[in-house]
Amino acid sequence: MEAQKNLIDLDPDAEVALKVLIADDNDSDRLLLTTIVQNAGHQVFAVANGQDAVNAFNDNRPDIVLLDAMMPIMDGFQAAEHITDLAGEEAIPIVFLTSLKDAASLAKCLDAGGTDFLSKPYNRLILAAKIRALGRLRKLQLLVRMQRDRLAIHHDHLIREQEVAKRVFDNIAHPGCVNSPNMKAHLSPMAVFNGDMVLAARKPDGGMFVLIGDFTGHGLPAAIGAMPASEIFYGMTNKGFSLQEIISEINKKLSNILPVGVFCCCALVDFSFDRNIIQIWAGGLPELFLYRGADKSLSKADAIEAVGSKHLPLGVLSPQRFNSDVQVFEMRQGDRLYLWTDGILEAGDDKGDMFGEDRLKTVFLKNTTIDVMFDEILGAVDQFTGRQEQDDDHTLVEVKMVTQTEFDTYFGEKKQEKVSAESVGPMAWEFKYTLRPQSLKVFNPLPLLTHMLMEVPGLRNHSSKLYTILAELYSNALEHGVLGINSSLKSSSQGFAEYYRQREQALNSDFKGFVTFTLTHRAEPDGGALVIRVEDSGLGFDYANIEQNLSGNDGYCGRGIPLLLSMCRRFEYFDSGNKVEAEFEWRFA
Amino acid sequence: MAIWANESGADKKLTIKIQGRFDFSAHQEFRDAYEKANAKPDGYVVDMSETTYLDSSALGMLLLLRDHAGGDTSHIEIVNCNNDVKKILTISNFEQLFTIK
Repeated sequence: MEAQKNLIDLDPDAEVALKVLIADDNDSDRLLLTTIVQNAGHQVFAVANGQDAVNAFNDNRPDIVLLDAMMPIMDGFQAAEHITDLAGEEAIPIVFLTSLKDAASLAKCLDAGGTDFLSKPYNRLILAAKIRALGRLRKLQLLVRMQRDRLAIHHDHLIREQEVAKRVFDNIAHPGCVNSPNMKAHLSPMAVFNGDMVLAARKPDGGMFVLIGDFTGHGLPAAIGAMPASEIFYGMTNKGFSLQEIISEINKKLSNILPVGVFCCCALVDFSFDRNIIQIWAGGLPELFLYRGADKSLSKADAIEAVGSKHLPLGVLSPQRFNSDVQVFEMRQGDRLYLWTDGILEAGDDKGDMFGEDRLKTVFLKNTTIDVMFDEILGAVDQFTGRQEQDDDHTLVEVKMVTQTEFDTYFGEKKQEKVSAESVGPMAWEFKYTLRPQSLKVFNPLPLLTHMLMEVPGLRNHSSKLYTILAELYSNALEHGVLGINSSLKSSSQGFAEYYRQREQALNSDFKGFVTFTLTHRAEPDGGALVIRVEDSGLGFDYANIEQNLSGNDGYCGRGIPLLLSMCRRFEYFDSGNKVEAEFEWRFA
Repeated sequence: MAIWANESGADKKLTIKIQGRFDFSAHQEFRDAYEKANAKPDGYVVDMSETTYLDSSALGMLLLLRDHAGGDTSHIEIVNCNNDVKKILTISNFEQLFTIK
């Protein structure tokens, strides 16, 4: 190895001492050859037959082998074969020494694995030059081999690094509730390094966020942005932030940390199972499909509603210019949303054609059983590319609209935190918080309020319910109270989109008013009680006979009152209906 | 893939023309095209008349050009796109950042 290293490190044109094995049964020829080679500055091992040549090769590992073709015990051709075997992947130059002159014999030398042949009698000049040439060849071969080995080591190293990185990544950018029974997701096993991500999380109000993202580029640069995106997604979802707030925050983070030219094509979808609507923010992704296959009155072609991206990808625009407007869609039970990155559409076959939109659409038109649509799409792509699922590079997600009740059953009972009289935390306090128009326009108070409630260990076990109560009361106070939007809009089937349009318009106009939260918590003998009081500046509504009229289509509709009644031990309106108190109790576990 | 840059005298705009596939392999050449331009031009024209395809790294390169040209104050026209190219630019909503003709 030392000698090899010297060979490589030296200037390619420099004279290098080589180890040369000479096998010739003719004593005088062997002596002559040895003298010539030694005089040229090389080290010689000389033997008299093929068998000794093989042994000497094994013992001395010469750089060049000179073999007489005709020798007793083992001839040069056989010896060459053994030496080549022994040399393994090292290509040792073998030169045949021969007094034969005819073309066929000379050709045989090369066919038998020789690098060259040398005719007797020897010419001193030619012999020395030939050995120098073979020395250069040997050096080149060693260099290539060393570089190959270095590459292999680097490659192994990189793979190990990626495996570690992937473990870290998987812990941070975990798929959340992607395994919910109403959801199917396909990600390439090495998706981290093709820059794709799929995240899903149950919202505190019982809905679900699903995010699909595709970072530009491949490898670690593409993977790196997914980590902060994922942390923001799960963290903010947990704290009850809205879709718009989450997508704005992810964009802000990515535009800060990603270099110009690297961005993330992304869709974030908010599923409200209780209201049967979804809200979509999509930037830079190919058209997504909303498939209303459950509605038998629609033809297959009409059942596909393509949802285009309205925004630039994440990480491109500064927070000041970023637009978080969403598209709102009504959904029915069984409707499905299909999300994909461009990997599906751009999946190529061996001729370089792409799978494309038309083929994708054909899968939908040919489908007869909606439950297998997902597999049919993947199957069609694999069939088109002729590749196996393992080495694909595409991401596909299907989410089915289900009822709130069904969605809730996927998650079962949340593990309860044990709360005893010794670990109760802050039990006796009151907090009052008033939001005025400027704040109502730009700020969502729910994460802050939820955060404060979660300081009480006894309330932590009920975070979803509390979030729902706060969210319902706040939207009633803001939308029906302060902004005066008619809640009956939400009862009609087309009403939701109109409702959100009016809400957006009203929020952007000049308005006066306030919403005040007063939260009071107190200890009780076997637990605690929280009173949430919400007052708004609006006109209120006629809440008389509220319990008898809940089913009717009057002013209460859309205020989520039946839900709130089921969660609170006391629920009361006061004055003109612009003040409401919800009392929530918890017990030691 | 080949890229030419050409400064036209009259309106002092730098025209960059991309032939063939516009993807990551064009990275250095595309950058050289605008970084090695002599005077600071008044605007940029990216001529896609002979561009057959662009991928997301090409979109990234366009964003780099935009950054080089002054970000929000830049004037960049992307012209003569074929349908495939136009579609990719549209999906990404790049018309919000560039003048696409």
